[in-house]
Amino acid sequence: MRITCPLCGERDRREFTYRGAALDAPAADDGAEAWHSHVHLRQNPAGPLEEWWHHQQGCGSWIRVRRDTVSHVMLASALAKPEDADGGSA
Amino acid sequence: MVELSAKTPCADLLPLTVGALTLSEVAPTVMTTLSPYEGCRDALSAALEARYGLRWPKPNRSTAKAGVRLLWFGRDMALLSGAAPDRGLSDHAALVDQSDGWAVVQLSGAGAEDALARLCPVDLRPSVFKRGHTARCDLRHMMASITRLGPASFQIMVFRSMAETLVEDVKTAMEAVAARG
Repeated sequence: MRITCPLCGERDRREFTYRGAALDAPAADDGAEAWHSHVHLRQNPAGPLEEWWHHQQGCGSWIRVRRDTVSHVMLASALAKPEDADGGSA
Repeated sequence: MVELSAKTPCADLLPLTVGALTLSEVAPTVMTTLSPYEGCRDALSAALEARYGLRWPKPNRSTAKAGVRLLWFGRDMALLSGAAPDRGLSDHAALVDQSDGWAVVQLSGAGAEDALARLCPVDLRPSVFKRGHTARCDLRHMMASITRLGPASFQIMVFRSMAETLVEDVKTAMEAVAARG
């Protein structure tokens, strides 16, 4: 598996660490049910999935990757936006 | 009183020659990471150009002038080496002294990229990775910085604590390349 880092280019998967699906967090006052769903329940789709990967052995960027979970084809990758930067504290 | 003397990270380990390749330690120098504050990168680049004649490096590139090198060192980070940082730079960036923190070695000789190909999952051939190009990449599980200094010469940096592992791993790769003749 090779992942394209927007800064470093295409790199081997061993340089990256996986965080998980890139999910939109519920609002703070959305209630226990919404937060329970956000924290514990996952869709596990067979197909494209948005994920966070950390280019730990490279430039240190957090990258939002669109990966096909069936074929492992990397469909898109982009740097985490500044407002997403707290997605880094795994 | 105990007499303490400064020792470089690879003092007892290098230089080393195997076949056509030589691994040697780069003379220690002042090294500082520059991390621009949000929105300050252009101002920092201008300050660097005024002081050292070097602009902020693009990703995977380095620039050098009169013994001062500016090396891209990761996202929003560059390493200034060869000169103490100008105090004015701290208006635009966080400066962190790295001088004693890294083992800096140079691998030179024809086929140096063949040895590195055994260690790094990155294409370092001269057609792709030219003089002045730099990469932050994996080197046998170590977070390395690799820069091409010339047609057959690379600078390799890893954390100082990994100096012995670095020398051991590069030496093994050099021997493997030499054994192929």
